[in-house]
Amino acid sequence: MGKRVLIAEDEPNIVTSLEFLMGQIGCEFQTAVNGEDALRAATDFRPDLMLLDIMLPLKSGFEVCQTVRANPALKDIKIIMLTAKGRETEVAKGLALGADAYITKPFATRELLDTVKRLLGG
Amino acid sequence: MPRARFLAVWFACFALLAGAAAGVLFAVHAALAPEQQLQFAQLLAAGGNILFVFGVILFVASGFLASGLTRSFLAPMRKLAESTRLIAAGNPAWRAEAEGPSEIRELALAVNALAERHETLTGGVAERIRQAHADLGDETNRLAALMSELASGVVVCTIEGRILLYNEHARQMFSAAGVPGFIGLGRSLFSLLDRHLVVHALDQLRYRLAQGDARPVSVFLASPGPSLLVRVRMAPVMGTASVDGRPLDPSGFLLLMDDVGGEVALYEQRDQLLEQLIQSARATLASIRMAAENLESFPQMGPDRQAQFAAIISAEAHRLTAHLERATREHSDLVRSLWSPEQMRAVDLVAIARRRIQEHLGLSTGTGELDESLWVNADSYSMAQALCFVVRRVADELAGRDVRFHVTASGRHARIDVEWAGNPAPGASAMAWETAPLISGGEASPLTLREVLGRHHAEAWCESDARIAGGRFRLLLPVTEPVRAFHTPAQPSRPEYYDFDLFSQPGPARDLDDRKLTELAYTAFDTETTGLEPAAGDEIISIGAVRMLNGRLLAAETFDRLVDPQRPISPASAKIHGISPAMLAGQPTLDKVLPAFHQFCEDTVLVGHNAAFDMRFLQLKEAATGVRFTQTVLDTLLLSAVLHRDLGEHQLEAIAGRFAVSVTGRHTALGDAMVTGEIFLRMIPLLAERGIVTLRQAREASQKTLHARIRY
Repeated sequence: MGKRVLIAEDEPNIVTSLEFLMGQIGCEFQTAVNGEDALRAATDFRPDLMLLDIMLPLKSGFEVCQTVRANPALKDIKIIMLTAKGRETEVAKGLALGADAYITKPFATRELLDTVKRLLGG
Repeated sequence: MPRARFLAVWFACFALLAGAAAGVLFAVHAALAPEQQLQFAQLLAAGGNILFVFGVILFVASGFLASGLTRSFLAPMRKLAESTRLIAAGNPAWRAEAEGPSEIRELALAVNALAERHETLTGGVAERIRQAHADLGDETNRLAALMSELASGVVVCTIEGRILLYNEHARQMFSAAGVPGFIGLGRSLFSLLDRHLVVHALDQLRYRLAQGDARPVSVFLASPGPSLLVRVRMAPVMGTASVDGRPLDPSGFLLLMDDVGGEVALYEQRDQLLEQLIQSARATLASIRMAAENLESFPQMGPDRQAQFAAIISAEAHRLTAHLERATREHSDLVRSLWSPEQMRAVDLVAIARRRIQEHLGLSTGTGELDESLWVNADSYSMAQALCFVVRRVADELAGRDVRFHVTASGRHARIDVEWAGNPAPGASAMAWETAPLISGGEASPLTLREVLGRHHAEAWCESDARIAGGRFRLLLPVTEPVRAFHTPAQPSRPEYYDFDLFSQPGPARDLDDRKLTELAYTAFDTETTGLEPAAGDEIISIGAVRMLNGRLLAAETFDRLVDPQRPISPASAKIHGISPAMLAGQPTLDKVLPAFHQFCEDTVLVGHNAAFDMRFLQLKEAATGVRFTQTVLDTLLLSAVLHRDLGEHQLEAIAGRFAVSVTGRHTALGDAMVTGEIFLRMIPLLAERGIVTLRQAREASQKTLHARIRY
């Protein structure tokens, strides 16, 4: 596919699977393990898409999302939020802050891949 | 007129006349010379027959004389005496009838003149008493208002567990289906709450008082009925008498009760949810773990086996996921309906916040769209503080102006928006607000916005909006259904829910017979029936009763039930009581109603009008229902005969008229029971005048009256 994906996630086991899957669909990827790293990578790595966990150390996924959206230079980055809580209010907040999609853990591999492909294909 | 008295007068007359005749004969005899005396005796002996006839005529004549005497003198005198007593102690508006000879008529007029003055005087006294009552009433009404406004049930008891006060909320709580006992003044609390539970809590209070705790409270859960779970907080009521510096013993206790049935059921549901989730997680994880470890430990296994284990892992993971999803959904529904002390409309929450903002920040804010149908569970204080805090940051940091509030629905959430013209919040500052302590108007709260939101299961964020050239703070609060609340109807007059006189009463005595009539608890009752012949199969169709205590009729403590007689009602009786067969369809049968009535009148003396009639019906059912009414029964018909032998009729209306009791709802069981009760209370002082003070005396006097032919 040749697209760039930033994986912002602090759980190594999920990261392993996510990296494997991104590799499988032919994406170039980088991993950030906290909110600060994720923001830095957003500017440096210039991903096409972010897989953004909400419960990140240092800065929450909400903050990262809001900061990225506040930066016009980064406005084309697609953001998929990942959360373990799955509360309706959280989903509403994530989408309001500019996330393009929202996936609750645990999720089906197929669901994730379909969403990634849909956002990158557009 | 009693026969014995009439006979006595008759014989007295006869004795008088016969004595007079004998006296004349003797005087004549004494005045004669000795030989004439002999002739006189011979004369008398010869005319013995004439003498006997004369005697008979004398006897009959004295009968007429006695009858005339009693009719024209004694009866009017006695009537006048009864009237005078009635005026003095019962009904000042009563007037004696002027009848009999002119002297008695004059006496009656004089009594009436005195009654006139007496009525005027007592009227004045009654007016002053009424005024004093009104003043006192203000106080007690304030107390009653306070009690009725409380969202909790309140019951105050003596140390023995007799109820002195309760509020409407407590009444409704214990009127719920399945609660076996009745709440009522002077009744025992232990028919409503488990005695051991109450005694244990009381012991704890005593212990803590002895430890020097000045305001001890003990808390326990009680289940008075199958569908009722109550959290009870108990505090002691201290006596006024101080005992040489030692800690006082409580003279009573106060119970504050909240229905927590719903709440506890939700917690139980939540525990169950967790339990199921853990079980399911253990089972699936066991499968996954075993399959994964097999794959890891035996890499040499064939590809078929590998695929099999991988499929297990995948399937089990799916199963766990599905369960988790379901549990999450159910949990969020549970949390949504968990009882909260303050349930309010979202618009009211906004109104509170706006007032606070006006007071603390001096900022007036506006409103836009306000959806009034949204209810939320909110701690209005901390939430208003949070909104005030946000508006202050908006004003200080973002130069926000024209702050407006909107309340709209968003799925299962209420959306409270704070919009302003000015700079929208930059991402970083909005997030910093969440973790800073809430400070507004000089009041620092230990809570942060994030914590307040967390407690409410809410989320909030800032966003910009080009249309308003400014920013928006958006708050999502889960909506709730308004919780079930005990319906408290407006009371036109404050009912008698308290009686502190009970504090000074002796405990319930086994033997009521020697207790004074003034200090007993009574149940005035009446029944309506299909006809007059219980032996011929007539049945009770309605029982009405009201309690009386300390000389008061407790109009709020009534028993009023219709009964399905399971047989047709005769048109003649339907005309009297106005109960149609349609009204009785679906009503409980007597074997259900009678035990409830039995409990209602437990430990009281029964009072009925022509109670023998009602008792016959009740006693005929003893075998069938297993309910026996063994208490003493007083009959206002008999008592009226004791008091007013000569004032004529002893029908309920006639007696009510004599005692100036207004009759409403005649020929409904409850209406007649009320009238009977009022009459009975007015009879007590009149009975006392005749020396009838105790229950035993009232019982014995009733039995002695002419009407007392039927023994209970």
